[in-house]
Amino acid sequence: MSEQVLLALSGVHKSYGATRALRGVDLELHAGEVLALVGENGAGKSTLVKMLTGVVPMDEGAITLQGKPQRFANAQASQAAGILAVHQETVMFEELSVAENIFVGRHLMRGPFIDWASMNAQSQTVLENIGARFTATTLVKDLSLAERHLVEIARALSQQALVVILDEPTAALSQAEIRDFYGIVRKLRDQGVGIIFITHKFDEIFAVADRYLVLRDGAAVGSGRIADATEQELVRLMAGREIDQIYPHIDSVPGAEVMAVKNLSHPTEFNNIHFNLRRGEILGFYGLVGAGRSEAMLAIMGLNPQASGDITVMGQKLNATRPGDAIAAGIAYVPEERQRQGGILSFSVQDNISLAGLSRFANGPWLSALKESELCKRMTERLRIKTASPHTLLSGLSGGNQQKVVIAKWLGLDPKIVILDEPTKGIDVGAKQAVYHLIADMVKEGLSVILVSSELPEVMNLAHRVIVMRHGLQVAEFAREGVHAETIVAAASGLDGSGEHAHAAAPSIATPHLAGAAA
Amino acid sequence: MKSLLHIRREWLLLAIIAVIALAVGARAPVFLTLRNGMDIANDSAILAILVMGQMVVLLTRGIDLSVASNLALTGMVCALIGKAFPGVSIVVLIALAVAVGALLGSINGWLITGFNLPPIVVTLGTLSAYRGAIFVASKGAWISDQDIHDSIKGLPREVWLGLPALVWFAIVVLVASSVFLKLRKEGREIYALGGNPHAATYVGIPMQRRLRLVYTLSGALAGLAGLLWVGRYSIAYTELAAGFELTVVAACVIGGVSIGGGVGTVLGAGLGVLFIGVVNGALPVIQVSPFWQQAISGAVILISVAVNARSERRAGRQILERQGAAA
Repeated sequence: MSEQVLLALSGVHKSYGATRALRGVDLELHAGEVLALVGENGAGKSTLVKMLTGVVPMDEGAITLQGKPQRFANAQASQAAGILAVHQETVMFEELSVAENIFVGRHLMRGPFIDWASMNAQSQTVLENIGARFTATTLVKDLSLAERHLVEIARALSQQALVVILDEPTAALSQAEIRDFYGIVRKLRDQGVGIIFITHKFDEIFAVADRYLVLRDGAAVGSGRIADATEQELVRLMAGREIDQIYPHIDSVPGAEVMAVKNLSHPTEFNNIHFNLRRGEILGFYGLVGAGRSEAMLAIMGLNPQASGDITVMGQKLNATRPGDAIAAGIAYVPEERQRQGGILSFSVQDNISLAGLSRFANGPWLSALKESELCKRMTERLRIKTASPHTLLSGLSGGNQQKVVIAKWLGLDPKIVILDEPTKGIDVGAKQAVYHLIADMVKEGLSVILVSSELPEVMNLAHRVIVMRHGLQVAEFAREGVHAETIVAAASGLDGSGEHAHAAAPSIATPHLAGAAA
Repeated sequence: MKSLLHIRREWLLLAIIAVIALAVGARAPVFLTLRNGMDIANDSAILAILVMGQMVVLLTRGIDLSVASNLALTGMVCALIGKAFPGVSIVVLIALAVAVGALLGSINGWLITGFNLPPIVVTLGTLSAYRGAIFVASKGAWISDQDIHDSIKGLPREVWLGLPALVWFAIVVLVASSVFLKLRKEGREIYALGGNPHAATYVGIPMQRRLRLVYTLSGALAGLAGLLWVGRYSIAYTELAAGFELTVVAACVIGGVSIGGGVGTVLGAGLGVLFIGVVNGALPVIQVSPFWQQAISGAVILISVAVNARSERRAGRQILERQGAAA
């Protein structure tokens, strides 16, 4: 690690109206090191990134890059100075080609016209360097999520960035792809690039970072070398309190069968999904991103019209053609993408919570504001939702709290079965813990939970049983007692080599990646 | 692979146009004569010019409903100037038309970016305002054939290298649009910001400037179209081309330009124009009553939009391994 300070922030302040997002943050980044920037949601990480990338101006403070003071007026100025960000949700142009996505905003020109030949050739070189297996002329909409991340990384590499900011870059990647990704991060670091790595996953921090900086409530509360730190210490710094037990103890014993699914199939998305669910049980659905889990759940909710199959809920046959049917049968579905499918950002917290069961607040033809606010208050307390008031807009809440509001909305319906689709995606450890305890409470009260998750520790610690899906097929089922991380990952990525579903020669992306990582 | 699909859709549209033309030609052979083809090309030329402007606006997720009013107002201004200054040359008039149209278009752009207003609201407003301005400028009077400047009237009747001048204008605009959208940085950035406005700010595309550019371009082309329209029909009056903006948007949509932004090609939009030209040319030939013609045109537009939407939705995901693909 070089001792040269590449990027320094000192006394950076930023306020959005009355909210003080950053209050006097200092940061030092050396060339050739990975700095983990950690903190709970709302701690100010995103604001810091936006300032470094020139998307929002800072109120006060100084940014120095290679000893020169900088003030980024816009995104172009920051990029020109050599700061590049790979964002959590890929910032891509789907209808454009890979090469164009790499060069967008700084197209190569020959005279007055765009030089497509050079752009394609240069992109192809960079793609080959990072081991991408698609061509520069592919349209981005034809790429998988993992491949899109490679495009973002290629964008960073092609600009010879001094500083690369990775903002939760692995949120959408599978285990195998993440390990490949670590390799690319180390390669960048060895080339002398300074890397700011933002993540909620502690294993990642310890796997790739050299130093850490913890933000809490807009201030830097601790920093140091990763080698000298422990997970406990980081968690304590982030939360400002001890979080000793992230996973609650699940002691409920599953009771009578509440739901049975047989031969749930779809022409292109999944085939022969079959399981049963018992009262007070947590059933985990594990698989890589894009394995068809969410699609199957949407089919149960009546949102996937091409699907067919036998679903029985409490002894009654359910043939949901719209979500209302499934809700009436006692099923609630908390979708994966909370902003797109779950919550309405421009509605208040209270309106979001009461949305799913409006008819229950009716007094004659009118909605009863009193009943609504009572439910909102109850849910806010039960789920410990951090909001200034019930009338705060959902967009004003942090990601973790938004997720709680979305869950609260469905719990307000008193469902018997709750399907949680990636309930902790992109939320911080404190919020995760709250969600886990919420799940434990739900099964204790006799609800049944289907937990769709790509985070292995989550399903292993919470679920009574785990069903593994791969390429739209149900490939394995494990009881909690018989669960080993390796077996589950092997089943999910198709490396177990056993069973009629194993497609050893399948042209999947995951296979070669995992093989490469294991070597 | 997808780009192949895209091309296929344009071929499909071309095939449909050919089938319609042949079917009509079978009933009325006059439809397939070169003369009729020229007529359709001539009729479609002004639409093609307007469609190029509309397309760049649609690419940014916007819409410009004021084009027909802009066309009529610019046409009226040119007619009035031509009447007042008989010695003015056609080059000056063309420059004037483009400049007035660009000015009117840039007003849309400024209103949209300056006050952060939805394009549909702004251009609906200017649709009425520009239309009203024609009445003010002309005091409600018609400028008819004998008062239209000779060079304005003469321009659409010129024939260069065997093709009518109007068709030449359309060809130049189509080629320029292709170059702009494919080979100019601004053109590519328009696709990018329409495809993902959020991402566009992150990569440093100057959104406001590009938006002002597209409305100015659309306006400039509407202005040019105004001069050509007045020349072709030898008349300028308040209700000139009223409602034509809908035909323009329809041609774009039929040609595969997405209202949702970011998707559309010059070739596709050009075929959309041709489609409307052929249908409108065919209906009178097979003696459909004028009352039915509008209804049929409308139905055709709705059907093609629905087909477009369906084919977009069908391009869904494939999770299960295809039979044989795994081998």
